[in-house]
Amino acid sequence: MAVAAAPLTQAKKKEIGQSYWDLVWYRFKKNRLGVLGAILLIALYGSFVALPEVISPYALENRSNFVEAPPTAIRLIDEKGQLRAPFIYGLERKIDPVRRLRTWELDTDRKYPVRLFVQGDEYKLFGLIPMNIHLFGIEADQSEQRIFLLGSDALGRDYFTRIMYGGRLSLMIGLLGQFLTLVLGTTLGVISGYYGGAVDMFVQRFTEFLSAFPNIPLFMALSAAIPVFWPPTAVYFMLTIILAFLGWGGLARQVRGLILSLREREYALAAKSFGASDWRIMFRHLLPGTMSHVIVIATLSIPGMILAETALSWLGLGLRPPLTSWGTLLQDAATIRAIRFTPWLLWVVPPILLTILTYNMLGDGLRDALDPYSGR
Amino acid sequence: MLNYLLRRIGYALIMIVLVSFTSFIIIELPPGDFLTQKVEQLRARGDRSAEQQVEMLRVRYGLDKPFLERYVNWAVNFLRGDFGESFEFERPVSEILGARLGYTIILALATTLITWLLAIPLGVISAVRQYSWVDQVISVISFIGLGMPGFLLALIILYFAIIVFNLEVTGLFSPEYQDAPWSVGKVLDLLNHLWLPALIAAITGIGGLVRIMRGNLLDTLGQPFVEAARARGLKNRTVTWKHAVRIAINPLITILGSEVFPSIVVGSSLVAIVLNLPTIGPVFVDSLRKLDMYLAGTCIVFFTIMLLVGNLVADLLLAWVDPRIRLE
Amino acid sequence: MENAQTLAGQTFVNPSMDSRPTLLEVRDLKVEFNIRGGVIKAVDGLTFDIKRGQTVGIIGESGCGKSVTARAILRMIPKPGRITGGQILYYRYSRYPDRDGAKKDVEVIDLTTLDPDGELIRQIRGGEIAMIFQEPMSSLTPVYTAGTHLNEAITLHRLLPIKRLGDQMVEAITKYRRVTKEEARQIAIEMLRRVGIPKPEQRVDSYPHQLSGGQRQRVMIAIALSTEPYMLIADEPTTALDVSIEAQILDIMRELQQTANMAIMFITHNLGVIASMADEIVVMYMGKQVERAKVVDLFYHPKHPYTQALLQSVPRLGPKTGARLASIEGMVPDPLNLPTGCVFHPRCPAFMPGKCDKLIPSWNKVGENHWARCLLYEE
Repeated sequence: MAVAAAPLTQAKKKEIGQSYWDLVWYRFKKNRLGVLGAILLIALYGSFVALPEVISPYALENRSNFVEAPPTAIRLIDEKGQLRAPFIYGLERKIDPVRRLRTWELDTDRKYPVRLFVQGDEYKLFGLIPMNIHLFGIEADQSEQRIFLLGSDALGRDYFTRIMYGGRLSLMIGLLGQFLTLVLGTTLGVISGYYGGAVDMFVQRFTEFLSAFPNIPLFMALSAAIPVFWPPTAVYFMLTIILAFLGWGGLARQVRGLILSLREREYALAAKSFGASDWRIMFRHLLPGTMSHVIVIATLSIPGMILAETALSWLGLGLRPPLTSWGTLLQDAATIRAIRFTPWLLWVVPPILLTILTYNMLGDGLRDALDPYSGR
Repeated sequence: MLNYLLRRIGYALIMIVLVSFTSFIIIELPPGDFLTQKVEQLRARGDRSAEQQVEMLRVRYGLDKPFLERYVNWAVNFLRGDFGESFEFERPVSEILGARLGYTIILALATTLITWLLAIPLGVISAVRQYSWVDQVISVISFIGLGMPGFLLALIILYFAIIVFNLEVTGLFSPEYQDAPWSVGKVLDLLNHLWLPALIAAITGIGGLVRIMRGNLLDTLGQPFVEAARARGLKNRTVTWKHAVRIAINPLITILGSEVFPSIVVGSSLVAIVLNLPTIGPVFVDSLRKLDMYLAGTCIVFFTIMLLVGNLVADLLLAWVDPRIRLE
Repeated sequence: MENAQTLAGQTFVNPSMDSRPTLLEVRDLKVEFNIRGGVIKAVDGLTFDIKRGQTVGIIGESGCGKSVTARAILRMIPKPGRITGGQILYYRYSRYPDRDGAKKDVEVIDLTTLDPDGELIRQIRGGEIAMIFQEPMSSLTPVYTAGTHLNEAITLHRLLPIKRLGDQMVEAITKYRRVTKEEARQIAIEMLRRVGIPKPEQRVDSYPHQLSGGQRQRVMIAIALSTEPYMLIADEPTTALDVSIEAQILDIMRELQQTANMAIMFITHNLGVIASMADEIVVMYMGKQVERAKVVDLFYHPKHPYTQALLQSVPRLGPKTGARLASIEGMVPDPLNLPTGCVFHPRCPAFMPGKCDKLIPSWNKVGENHWARCLLYEE
């Protein structure tokens, strides 16, 4: 008989002896696209949210006379064809007499070596530790020469720096908004699914109403209603709340549906017969059962929030200067004039797209990993 | 059937009233109105009679009346086809939106058509050749399309058109047709300008629908009736299109009506803003910024009507193609 | 000591039990599924034949390869399965000699060599070998009427002779034409009447969801028979139906078989059904053919321990003995890790240690028209 009991393969043994979350982790690790998304996201948040001060060579609002300068090329070969350490040429202002335009030309006599970890504008790391070290830069007087990796804007500010700082607000609004949505959506979803009755009625009707609304026009109207004279931080939080307010309905509906089926399961009935309180049953027994769904939905809807902020600010209805987000940067970039004369301002688009793509990759990987019964 | 239609239309009317009322409240929310903005402008210019002028306008637009009365007046007039007057343009809203409304609908329909015509065949190919390189390529492209919002894509395309190809891609007409009366040439010119914005606005929807279509069709291809159809000796193509796709498409009709069409209506307005197309999108955003409330309110109502009609059409379409569905 | 390899490699003659002309001959058929975890031998060395008008039953537990065999004959094995060996010889009796361009009355075609999407197999599939399925509830496309389904099969496979006026030579019909829409509808209604659907003129326009489960299976049978096939493959056609309806469906199949001289390959796990339908039975276990016999021989003198166990697990009417219903011990083995030697040995009541788990049994003649694959009958 021993022959019949075939040895289990290694993979199978693994799948059998492990808890649900171990299994999820195991399956997620196998999804290369999902893992790549996760790694990229960590890198994105690390550089744009935690460390923009270190990575960017200047302070956010540091203006200069180098107005609308094109991106600075970092060179390895000089005008005589010799290889040397990375350097940049100086910039010289010229007036184009024919087109009556201000242009910038390279002054090959002035060379500035590009250094790592140079001293520059003061800042506080994580808002606490005073520092002045920047990842890269040139050692020159700021009024004499600057390095503009991605060019400069109409006030002579380094655009690379602005994209780095802008990412902080844009990326955080996605997380904050989604967090609020999660809290609101799951709580109301669980309660409405478990108790039914008045709460259920309210949630149902309200989400129905919201879905009848053309959602982005509603966003627009709501954010246009934020008073102009409010302080920037208040505007930011108001916008976050608006995003969350419009997002929770869908989530609540999904959670409600799951709870409706979960509350009839044996373990929920068992908990009830042991005399567990409603509160405990809802949040200790039922809520965890919806978690995998909720995580996937949340991950896949964060990019929508980031995009909503970007679009609203771009239209002048969301964040407003002096706040700097990818959306407000887009405001300057997205005109025909800007595209014709300062096309480097469009460099704000790639990080937005990258963020959306990585979230989608991660969300897709999570969906596959969290649903072990999905055939595909 | 008639009963069902009447009920749906009644429901739609209630929704429109609710939506427009809410919009009015929202627009009313911020302190000040269009005229307070105007007074400041006039004062800044040093206009002495500012207060007096504004007072006249206030009476003319009915801004001196209480909120509810204003809304009811506007709503009643709306039914008569009078949408109020725009503060900013100092012209009737109907005049401003008139032609734009038509182009908005044309753009949305063209986008929907392109979405449908591209997403279905791509999804079918992807499913029929599951795991082949064609499937992989389509999956990657749809994945990127899914994360490619129309207005950013429009920006990128605008960049390439201007910087690389030196092309004119904005507007819906060439200059020579701009004010010309309608003719075959003008229609062709419109189509020539329309396809690109429509395609751009369609990309996101295509990305999503291809994935849904692929999944649905894979499910359907595993159904017994597909095998039974094959066992009847039908060609593979007939089995796929007449039997499997015909069933797999049904849920997409619902999704098209309830999710894709709304995002197309809104997405194409954003694209229209980038490409400077004469739809209601740009006007709407502008009216919100200026607190031009009759104009903004009318735009929102039109958006809502488009969504509700789209939804209704999708439901009717589904009932028409799927005999299992009874409208009650 | 005998070597398992030589035993396994033994080829056996195809035995014939019936004097009627042969329609289909399956010889040493092998079907494998290449999946991620390994190779599943879904069918491994199956041999039997079907005569014209004969009913052959194939029985076995779920997953024993019965349905795969049926699909192999029609070349409809789902991915990633494929035929890896053997032959399926189909004796094609030319029905429309001129259309088919065949000079002979009978042409032997090895179905395993055909292109599974090709023209020839599609003529045979549905037209000459029809199939009905286990799930009548979902075997009809929900958005088409019964008539549409019938119409598809009829227009695809039925041809009508063109009778020339004034032509005395009735036998020399050389031209055929496709049926018209109206004729197809008439045939469809007639078929529905023959399978016992009331008011067929109205039912022909019914959608699947307007029909009951039994009616749907009748429609499926009507579709299958509307092309006047030589053979019907019935893959557990009554499993999903109520017992009373099952009896009706079986009656219809028997009746139609007699009038049309059609062969039936009847796949089931229900021994009661097979006893009433089949002339001859093939028993399968884990892809292997374990026994083959005339129906009476198999039920009264089962030779293979698996068949014996299978028969003992059927509840019988009669005096109460108080005995428990026998069940087959143990579990169905993992198809990826089949037991060595005889695949049935871990569950076999007649297990001979050192023999059954080492040697692969060969196909032994155990009586007149009776074969079994068991080491008990090995010389």
